[in-house]
Amino acid sequence: MTGAPIVELKGVTRVLQDAVPVTLVQDIDLVINRGEFVSITGASGSGKSSLLYLLGLLDLPTRGHVLIEGEDTAGFTPDHLADIRLAKLGFVFQFHFLLPEFTVLENVTLPMLRLGRLGEKEIHDRGMSLLADFQIADQANKRPDQLSGGQRQRVAVARALANDPPLVLADEPTGNLDMRNSEIVQAIFAELSAKQGRTVIAVTHDKDFADSAPRNVHLVDGRIERDVRR
Amino acid sequence: MFWRVSIGIAAAQLAHRRRQTIVSTLGVALGVGFFVATSALMSGSEKDMVQRLVDNAPHITVKDEFRTAAPQPVFIVYPEAAVSLTSTKPREYLRGIKNHGAKIEELSRQTGVIAEAALTGTAIVRYAAKDVSAGIAGIDPEKERFLTTIEDDMQTGSLMRLKTASQGIVIGQGMAIRLGLGMDDLATVVSPEGIVRRMKVVGIFRTGNLLLDEGQVYMLLKDAQVLLNKPFVANRIRIKIADPDMAEEVAAELESRWGYRTESWQEVNRDFLGLFVIRNIITYSIVGAIMAVAAFGIFNIISTVVMEKRRDIAILMSMGFRASDIQWVFLVQGVFVGVIGMVLGWLLGLILLQMLGTVEIKVPGLMDTQKLPLEKGIFQFGVGGLFALVSAIAAAWIPARKASQVRPVDIIRGAT
Repeated sequence: MTGAPIVELKGVTRVLQDAVPVTLVQDIDLVINRGEFVSITGASGSGKSSLLYLLGLLDLPTRGHVLIEGEDTAGFTPDHLADIRLAKLGFVFQFHFLLPEFTVLENVTLPMLRLGRLGEKEIHDRGMSLLADFQIADQANKRPDQLSGGQRQRVAVARALANDPPLVLADEPTGNLDMRNSEIVQAIFAELSAKQGRTVIAVTHDKDFADSAPRNVHLVDGRIERDVRR
Repeated sequence: MFWRVSIGIAAAQLAHRRRQTIVSTLGVALGVGFFVATSALMSGSEKDMVQRLVDNAPHITVKDEFRTAAPQPVFIVYPEAAVSLTSTKPREYLRGIKNHGAKIEELSRQTGVIAEAALTGTAIVRYAAKDVSAGIAGIDPEKERFLTTIEDDMQTGSLMRLKTASQGIVIGQGMAIRLGLGMDDLATVVSPEGIVRRMKVVGIFRTGNLLLDEGQVYMLLKDAQVLLNKPFVANRIRIKIADPDMAEEVAAELESRWGYRTESWQEVNRDFLGLFVIRNIITYSIVGAIMAVAAFGIFNIISTVVMEKRRDIAILMSMGFRASDIQWVFLVQGVFVGVIGMVLGWLLGLILLQMLGTVEIKVPGLMDTQKLPLEKGIFQFGVGGLFALVSAIAAAWIPARKASQVRPVDIIRGAT
């Protein structure tokens, strides 16, 4: 299936209806294929995060269409969009956004429990193996606030992968990390794409990270200025 | 399975804020507990009082009166005529219920019905140069003891002794003290007809009602007929029926058949029964206020949590949780507080009832102390519990709905 479009934007414009309407992104045409690793860059306020939210069905376009696996999402109910996010998308944000009441393992298994496709035992095992993949299995029963920043971000990545989504979206995943942890997370994303064949779209202002991706989309003032494949 | 996730998140959040959860739960528990206790006391005392009203007096009294004065014959003949008569006087007729013997017999044939012919009037009781005006009731002691509770209120002597003594009277304690009368003393009874009799005190009662205790005299019907110079006349038919709640209907039927003014106990005590309605409104609004305060507590806490948890809500939504899942998370917290509060409230209510049950009060007019009348029914617990659940769910529903309307992008955009 590699090569077929997984997510497509057609003439997408998003205007924030405020006292003064703010145009976040404008006339975006973008096709992202299965298995691609794409970095989105741009100055702050250029609309790169907004573009990511539109790609991840978190936000709805004011004009234009968002297609997931060739299917136009216009007219989908909020519940339908939520179900797509649950099964097919994984989000990683700048802040880990782990739920403080739950242990590390519980945070990772939450999306699987919600999806309800696996049994309790399988969910537990998959949660543990995901944590093991990121060398944090020993932290499984700790609370998020007992972990370091780098460890937390790895938990967040593990959680994003919980339901084995074909598409992973990251919003400044290294933005809050030191150099060493940045490199670890960066390596993880490269591997998600190269070895596991997932589509990865990452918003970043980290030049190293952006350059590690085979494709880079650069935004200026809400429009795509460059779309480079290496 | 997915609803278990919502419940799990709700439980985790409640456990995380243990102190606030306990406080809001106790609020609900207090509301339910006091509702159970006050409602038991209120409806218990209402039943108790109604029981007294029903037992103290006949259920139905037929009087030798009419509800509306008879019209002048000229108005019957010319109903539309422009005639006016002044200084007319209604026709005088012999007071008393016609053919009361047959009526009593007819009523008594029905099962559970006790009917008694009585003659009431006024007289003066005189003893040792002091006198007191009194209401005379000529009765049948055999039936009177079933019609009213007077026999239970006897201090000394008994109603039944009227039958064996010649010219006996039974008087109230208040009158006995005022006149200095004791048992077996001979009092002089003077009627408005000018008839004077020497009558023997064969019983003294005390009801606690001053009007009766100082001003009521019981004697045999035939003695009253002689004293009031109304031979063979009865002006009251006093009736007890099997089901007191039917008294109004039966009274209306008797009145339409016989024409005599017929009063049920409900009609006589109408204003008194109206007081219960007001009393209930007061009670339930106070208890309702307690529950409202508890509900505001729940509302406040869950609203605060929703505000604090906006980031968590956003991340759950971005993960793929539906808006309804989020709503459940917070609704479940309200339900949890409501249910636990309800159960604790029931326990508190049971304890309060136990404590109230040991309180003894002295009712004037009764020699022995009395326990508080409590109605320990499923109703109090059911309504209290329902009240708690409904208010807890309603209080949680508003912030839960608000939580479900969070737009994750707004939160995430603000945080990064």
